[in-house]
Amino acid sequence: MNWQRVSAMVRKDLKGTVREPAALFILLLFPVVLTVIFAVTFGGIGGSGATAYQVGFVDLNASGPAGHWSADLAANLTATQILQIKSYPDNVTAQEDLAVGNLQAVLVIPANFGASCDAYRASPANTSSWVYTSLALYVDQGSMVATQAIPPIVAQSLVRTLESTVSASSSLPITVGSPALIDVAHRSAFDYMVPGIFAYGAIFITMTVGGSFSSDREDGRLRRLNTTRLTPGEFMTSKVVSNMAVGLAQVGLIFAVAFAIGYRPSTDVVGLALAFFLVSVLAVACVGFGLITATLARSSSAATGIAFLFVIPQMFFGTFVSGMAPSAVTASVGRFMPAYYVTDALTSLFLRGVPASNLVVLADLAWVGLASVLVLAVGILLFRKFGRS
Amino acid sequence: MTEAAIEVKDLEMRFGETVALGGLTLQVARGELFGLLGPNGAGKSTTINILTGLLEPTAGSTRVGGHVLPAQARAVKEMIGVCPQEFGIFPYLTGRENVLLFGELAGMPRRELKARADELLKKMGLDGEADRRVRGYSGGMKRRISVVTALIADPQIAFLDEPTTGLDPQSRRAVWDFILSLKERQRTVVLTTHYMEEAEVLCDRVAIIDHGTLIALGTPADLKAQNGAKDLEEVFLKLTGRRIREGM
Repeated sequence: MNWQRVSAMVRKDLKGTVREPAALFILLLFPVVLTVIFAVTFGGIGGSGATAYQVGFVDLNASGPAGHWSADLAANLTATQILQIKSYPDNVTAQEDLAVGNLQAVLVIPANFGASCDAYRASPANTSSWVYTSLALYVDQGSMVATQAIPPIVAQSLVRTLESTVSASSSLPITVGSPALIDVAHRSAFDYMVPGIFAYGAIFITMTVGGSFSSDREDGRLRRLNTTRLTPGEFMTSKVVSNMAVGLAQVGLIFAVAFAIGYRPSTDVVGLALAFFLVSVLAVACVGFGLITATLARSSSAATGIAFLFVIPQMFFGTFVSGMAPSAVTASVGRFMPAYYVTDALTSLFLRGVPASNLVVLADLAWVGLASVLVLAVGILLFRKFGRS
Repeated sequence: MTEAAIEVKDLEMRFGETVALGGLTLQVARGELFGLLGPNGAGKSTTINILTGLLEPTAGSTRVGGHVLPAQARAVKEMIGVCPQEFGIFPYLTGRENVLLFGELAGMPRRELKARADELLKKMGLDGEADRRVRGYSGGMKRRISVVTALIADPQIAFLDEPTTGLDPQSRRAVWDFILSLKERQRTVVLTTHYMEEAEVLCDRVAIIDHGTLIALGTPADLKAQNGAKDLEEVFLKLTGRRIREGM
């Protein structure tokens, strides 16, 4: 293996990627545009897009003799049209939903809330007869709007419940506790798509590789290279290296755009490096699919169409698209797609926050590696036998 | 004849039922400028493709630079430069980048490569356009770049398949001068061309092939004398007829 020749061919291919408008768009601009569009459409930009805040309501007073007070409070909270109340049987369950971003706040009504309300109503001016208590409020600390808006709305609703009219200066036996700020993992639909978008970009390498092999064959460049000292092994190595580099560039761009939009994967630097590596390994499989495409295609224009035979199944069964309509069939078919294992590993790393050493992730890496080597070998064999002329 | 750079014996090439070459035998001496002439579809490009290791003949033996083809194709590729009919250059690279690429593929050291690229680009009148992408070049410029890429590593044996097709007279003269300079350095050149005056000016000997067989071989002067013709074109038309052929 002569690395000067390999390096010369890699530089040539990368210049082609950057300078050919079609390749530049398909491989680099398209994934970026796709990421931005999906972020806008599926909630990566502008938070969840909700105009009302979901508040978990844990009513420990409900079973008491004055249970109607907490029901009144819930009604008043709902009447604001800013808060949507969702009842929970206990604080633990509510906190779980708050932690994963399904709620913006949790309000816990203490067991003596009704008694406190009754005492106040009986002697509004006799503070010595009041039963003092406090509502516990937990707010998503990652939502600036929630931390600012929800506590005063709850306080206003409480006053309305006790006095029917809001009086800012009212002294009450019931207070709203200082809101506890909860670290919440925000998950929009976009968050679930990002791992698949990483793989989605790479599968289009199939199209550019198929097209470039076909046009190089059509215009005599493959034959010309075949008269030089460049060996078939050096030629294929250069194709693999240059397309792995393109895969890395793609994933870097997609990640940069997603990060700028606000996407934060639940992984560390090692996990991120592994994610980049996984996509570059997938690029090897795409070189193989590209070779098969060029073998089947009689012209470079036909190669674009034939490439879809490999791109579409990868897209529908191996990327975020399969996650839109998960079923046993898509999962089963997906296992035959190299992209599936990349998406699965990235989902584990980015969404589930598993470490890079996790067995599921490593198994995915092994599968995509094995599949890539096999597809590349088949592609090389077919192209050498049937595709060179 | 001095030691042979190329030896071809009973060379046959069939594509299914079509016989592209039917028992071609010839030798090219070291340092010789050899013309391979023939109508479209006569078998010129097939012969060059076999001599450059791109095709394996159906029968016959081929030796290039003392190496047997196809068994020693790698050794052959280390001593040849090929300028194909269809340019074979990368449109998204500049002219200079194409030249440097083929120089690197030939294993030239970087510094020497850059100096030689500058020299050849200047000789071909391309130094002012060398840093533009080839996609924007005229056909003649692409042809000249293709010639430079073939000869950048100063190969022992050069195969130039119609290197002046589509060139204006000035560019053609530049290519001719370049080819003649190869001869001065004792390089072997196999040239195919449809321009008979070109073969007459450049070539030490020419072979005329038709329907895959050799129909004439000798110096231009000998062939003219043998056929009582005033120039090589008259010889060519006399031997191959005036019927228009379609290329293969």
